[in-house]
Amino acid sequence: MAIIDPRHAAKQLIYERLFRAATLTAAMLVLLILGGVAISLARGAWPALTHFGFAFVTREVWNPVTDQFGALAAIYGTVVTSVIAMALAVPTGFGIALFLTELCPPGLKRPIGVAVELLAAVPSIIFGIWGLFVLAPLLQRHVQPWLIEHLGDVPGVGALFKGPPYGIGIFTAGLVLAIMVLPFIAATMRDVFDTVPPMLKESGYGLGATTWEVIWNVVVPHSRVGIVGGVMLGLGRALGETMAVTFVIGNAHRISSSLLAPGTTISSSIANEFTEAVGDLYTSSLIALGLLLFIITFTVIAAAQWMLRRLERRVTA
Amino acid sequence: MSRRTFRKIKNGTLLSLSLLATLTGLVCLGAILWTLVANGFATMSPHLFTAMTPPPGSAGGLANALYGSAIMTVLGILIGSPIGLLAGTYLSEYGRGSRLSTAVRFINDVLLSAPSIIIGLFVYELIVMRMGHFSALAGALSLAILAIPVTLRTTEDMLNLVPVGMKDSSAALGAYPWRTTVSVLYPAARSGIVTGLLLAVARISGETAPLLFTALNNQFWSTNLNAPMANLPVVIFQFALSPYKDWQNLAWAGALIITMSILILSISARVILAMLQTERGAGR
Repeated sequence: MAIIDPRHAAKQLIYERLFRAATLTAAMLVLLILGGVAISLARGAWPALTHFGFAFVTREVWNPVTDQFGALAAIYGTVVTSVIAMALAVPTGFGIALFLTELCPPGLKRPIGVAVELLAAVPSIIFGIWGLFVLAPLLQRHVQPWLIEHLGDVPGVGALFKGPPYGIGIFTAGLVLAIMVLPFIAATMRDVFDTVPPMLKESGYGLGATTWEVIWNVVVPHSRVGIVGGVMLGLGRALGETMAVTFVIGNAHRISSSLLAPGTTISSSIANEFTEAVGDLYTSSLIALGLLLFIITFTVIAAAQWMLRRLERRVTA
Repeated sequence: MSRRTFRKIKNGTLLSLSLLATLTGLVCLGAILWTLVANGFATMSPHLFTAMTPPPGSAGGLANALYGSAIMTVLGILIGSPIGLLAGTYLSEYGRGSRLSTAVRFINDVLLSAPSIIIGLFVYELIVMRMGHFSALAGALSLAILAIPVTLRTTEDMLNLVPVGMKDSSAALGAYPWRTTVSVLYPAARSGIVTGLLLAVARISGETAPLLFTALNNQFWSTNLNAPMANLPVVIFQFALSPYKDWQNLAWAGALIITMSILILSISARVILAMLQTERGAGR
């Protein structure tokens, strides 16, 4: 019998509309969350921003006792730790991606790839506790004294490696961050390298190029947009990373010329001080830091996504 | 030195460096796991799962923190994953190619890598400030917000993998899209969606930063969702930074438990995906 019961059909239509509305609402919710984050941070930061004005981002002072707050030290720490992390993680991640796509014996490709991805799944607090109890003492005893002795007196860069070896500080935080973002960068770059058509590579080999020459002259130019996207995705992580940094940064609101000195970052200041902040201006200043971090990371991540998307379109085209 | 030798040496050097980079990455993973096992295993005992977090200087366990973490993770998934699932369904089934879906997809990818501490601040402003106190519910909500992007992304990807023929067959039988989605697409994409859930659990169960200003911590056993609740990440954070040896040992044990659970979750997610792929491959 192929007769459709009209009541049944009407009911189905109602279900259809309800289901569609539910999925649409859920999709809109994602936009609402981002909008809500922006609005609530801006509202929370308002008292501090109107009180200090633009000077909030240009002043180094951070004194809860006198109610004077400036974000410069935190911005400086965030930028410097991320730069150290990227300087170490980008070449290493590039090497890992290169190894996985071009050199690795096929049997090992998957296990090593999975191991790198598992490193990405380890929560940041584990990197923090490891950095504090294992890495920092190691650096304090063996690496930093060497750096101070050999580089401390070199003109130009010497100032970066002056002072006592604290163990914790900007340099250690950068190193922990490097280990944290390494798997993201390596995994993205590997995926990007995999999109290069084998034909192009084989043409390079056919002309007698070495493996490195094929990589540098064929693979890298072909996947440039994706590489930059992957690096910026890693940078977005490094800028916003909280727990791993909070353990090893030392939480000192000052800008030291030495990389070995304690410092602070935007996220670790918030994590360390937010629950203990007394007074509206103090809390508002911390939220203003959060707003700054939101703007910085949003820009970086959005740019990264935009680039990766451009690559994707080119591949499917 | 001939140009040929130079090219060969350059090639060899740079390729060795890439091998070195890979070894560095693996050594880091190995070193972290080794430290966790070496430090955490000593404190492992049944006591850990039955006793409460102790005051400084005495022995204790992590029972309340484990319970709190479990409750908030489950609640976070219960609130977050349906939203992610439905939104993913919209992107894949209803809003294909529309401007709204492009925007949602983009924003979702941004949320996926946004710093979690900002989500913590958002929920603090939204709930904790209004209610005037920290609560487990606020903690669960911040975890839910972090779970949405993960489930949305995997749901959309997995629904897109379902062969169009299946959808068409269902439509040819006269089924509305919702019926097709619920009775054909979801079952077909089931293992993929489960993988997304596992990944979401793995992602949120180690999150610390957003819980600092939402659920805070609680030294005692509490089942009240409207009050601060102990949770593993925040306990690890506070105990690890304390000067007391007992507390630091507990932090290591907690770190070992969290890492092992997350690694097991991630590996199972991968195994399911691999099985799915071989199944698909065999079917073709």
